[in-house]
Amino acid sequence: MLRQIEGSRAVAEAVGLCRPEVVCAYPISPQTHIIEAVGVLVKSGRLHPCKFVNVESEFAAMSVSIGASAMGARAYTATASQGLLFMTEAVYNAAGLGLPIVMTVANRAIGAPINIWNDHSDAMSVRDAGWVQLFAETNQDAVDLHIQAFRLAEELSLPVMVCMDGFVLTHAFERVELPDQEAVDAFLPPFEPRQVLDPDNPVSIGAMVGPEAFTEVRYLAHARQLQALARIPELAEEFEAGFGRAAGGLVTTYRTEGAETVVVALGSVLGTLKDAADSMWDAGVPVGVVGVTTFRPFPAAAVARAVSAARRVVVVEKAFSIGAHGILAGDVTLALSGLDIRVDAVVAGLGGRPISEASCRGLLEEAAAGSLPALSFLDLDTHLVARELERMVAQRRSGPVAENLLRDIGSVSGSGLAVARPGSQKGAR
Amino acid sequence: MTHDPVRFYQVGSFAAGNRLLDQGQRTEQSRRGRSNSLTSGHRACQGCGEALGARYALDAAMRATDGRLVAANATGCLEVFSTPYPETSWQIPWLHSLFGNAPAVATGMAAALEVKGRTDVRVVAQAGDGGTVDIGFGCLSGMFERNDDVLFICYDNEAYMNTGVQRSGATPPAARTATTEAVGPEPGNEFGQGKDLPRIAIAHGIPYVATATVAELHDLERKVERAMSIRGARYLHVLVPCPLGWASASSDTIRLARLACESGLFPLFEAENGEVVDVTKIRRQVPVEDYLKLQGRYRHLFGDPGRPDLVRQIQKVADRNIERFGLVATGAEQEVR
Ligand SMILES: Cc1ncc(C[n+]2csc(CCOP(=O)(O)OP(=O)(O)O)c2C)c(N)n1
Ligand code: SF4
Ligand SMILES: [Mg+2]
Repeated sequence: MLRQIEGSRAVAEAVGLCRPEVVCAYPISPQTHIIEAVGVLVKSGRLHPCKFVNVESEFAAMSVSIGASAMGARAYTATASQGLLFMTEAVYNAAGLGLPIVMTVANRAIGAPINIWNDHSDAMSVRDAGWVQLFAETNQDAVDLHIQAFRLAEELSLPVMVCMDGFVLTHAFERVELPDQEAVDAFLPPFEPRQVLDPDNPVSIGAMVGPEAFTEVRYLAHARQLQALARIPELAEEFEAGFGRAAGGLVTTYRTEGAETVVVALGSVLGTLKDAADSMWDAGVPVGVVGVTTFRPFPAAAVARAVSAARRVVVVEKAFSIGAHGILAGDVTLALSGLDIRVDAVVAGLGGRPISEASCRGLLEEAAAGSLPALSFLDLDTHLVARELERMVAQRRSGPVAENLLRDIGSVSGSGLAVARPGSQKGAR
Repeated sequence: MTHDPVRFYQVGSFAAGNRLLDQGQRTEQSRRGRSNSLTSGHRACQGCGEALGARYALDAAMRATDGRLVAANATGCLEVFSTPYPETSWQIPWLHSLFGNAPAVATGMAAALEVKGRTDVRVVAQAGDGGTVDIGFGCLSGMFERNDDVLFICYDNEAYMNTGVQRSGATPPAARTATTEAVGPEPGNEFGQGKDLPRIAIAHGIPYVATATVAELHDLERKVERAMSIRGARYLHVLVPCPLGWASASSDTIRLARLACESGLFPLFEAENGEVVDVTKIRRQVPVEDYLKLQGRYRHLFGDPGRPDLVRQIQKVADRNIERFGLVATGAEQEVR
């Protein structure tokens, strides 16, 4: 059914269609609308049988999901940002135990400074945990990826994280096609666990493993991710056949043919980049766009194939490894090793800073002209940065950086730190 | 051919069992049909109270549920000594996830069972004192507050034993641990309130809270059975002496557990829905010295010059327990008996 619906609600509906049996979550912006809506589905009886567990922390939310999944129930949770970090130990544990939990991450920046807006620092912080990580470009994508996520997770017995940009997607009202129950049921069979706690056939799960087998256990986790790499395109095809809509897969490409410059990115920024690419084509500069839908496992071959005809690649990413480089850019560089393609990283949209089409065009022009540095920060206010650096040199007690910057740009009154409370006008944290 | 169960052989007051009970009522050590939730072959130290407590608690839970039992286990000695890869000592479905999340994992198991309509299968979670009173406390309190259908058993050996005997929130005052060494003007653990989890559990108003020790296995079993007859969040706090961490003789495990009760330092009681409903009176009160002197972790309190002042403070803790729970029978009560 075609609906004009908020992204969060659409995802909640999609999750409901997947018939989770245990949903456990802890509220954090911008994930709240998702779990509130799933909560209504459960409480109203529309989603039955299903238990919705309100817990005291994200650590508990993931832990409850672990227990439920090991008991053979289809388990779902959602979080973002600080919440994802708060549950990190359990995130790794779920992957290590091979439990097919599905989790939505409504991507948001990580503090300090506390910031509720969108970037990808949260998802990137757990990229090595052993979860499959899928990134939605649109709310339609988010819906479709969740349906595929449960199928993939349960087939391979590994957890899947569906990442969708906080606010940009979660809070956007858009036209979304919500599939009907029969179609989802046909695509997603009931959960048949690979390992389960059963008094009739008792097993011990989570035993200690020493050096004698740890490498092998980890290698098998890697092997399962490689299986996912093969399975994801197949599932996308099957999905398209069943639902009449392309979704999922490893990468998407847009006007890459004949493009000397290709931009690579994750998530909702792809829409803006496509607009910018169009205007570059209009100006006679061929620019293509590649979206990485599956970030973990990393589809190196698919990325290489998608950009192989280009001369240079610009990776636009909403997170970076502080003190090192872009994160996605690192993976892309590795994927292109041996090819004569230059890869530059542009860090953009941190903490919700808008990525405008104009800025994108600017960076594409620079890229096409070959003048982009290896690592740059889109729309960085260099004056603001320079002022703080000078202050640090001038006085030992230069004070808290974030508050200094806010004072400099005049978003707080200049006297005293007591009033320097960024975001205090916002209720949601 | 019939097989009589083997019951604990009574060698005195400080061995398992109770010589005042008649033969038929004494705790079974082994029996042909015994479920053996935790089998022999695990790697606990000799005289480990935790191994003994877990075996009796879970066997009782299995009996009470006809073997329809699953367990969540926190990281700690019990987890490590029972499942060295690729071996396992468990005869029940058993999951170890993390150090601090056993109560929440158990909640997830119970939720799954509820959704699947499998009311026959019951959930037990177990952890050491660290996994209970410290790192697992948030999850535990949440599980209590929601009244999830889980029996949580804390095996309290009063320190982080698995990592080499460091202080926990359940370590008693003056006790030497690797992070509260017996050096300086205030040797051993500082005097504070400690974290009295049974009473905190009672404050949650959950259906059942009880304390037990490995000295009274029959009492432990009875309390587990009582707990399994109830739905909702239940908490059992079992004192389990640890020869390694307490620097005590392996043969003194039962004796120490009994002395902890008889001195008043570890009160035995049951509470239902927020109220204490039963207290085990002290049969023969002993001074705390009798308990402390057997343990190397209190060595610095004795000898010349020793710290009689600290021993007196510990006696005060015992006295406060005795008063709070009415642990010593009054003359009138004794006559009625
Ligand atoms: C998050 C985390 N912190 C610390 C540890 C290290 N650790 C493992 S077991 C343990 C102590 C366990 O103490 P307790 O719960 O009292 O159980 P015991 O071993 O004494 O039976 C510690 C500190 C860990 N595994 N995970
Ligand atoms: S250290 Fe203590 S708790 Fe751990 S196995 Fe040895 S006796 Fe048992
Ligand atoms: Mg302990």
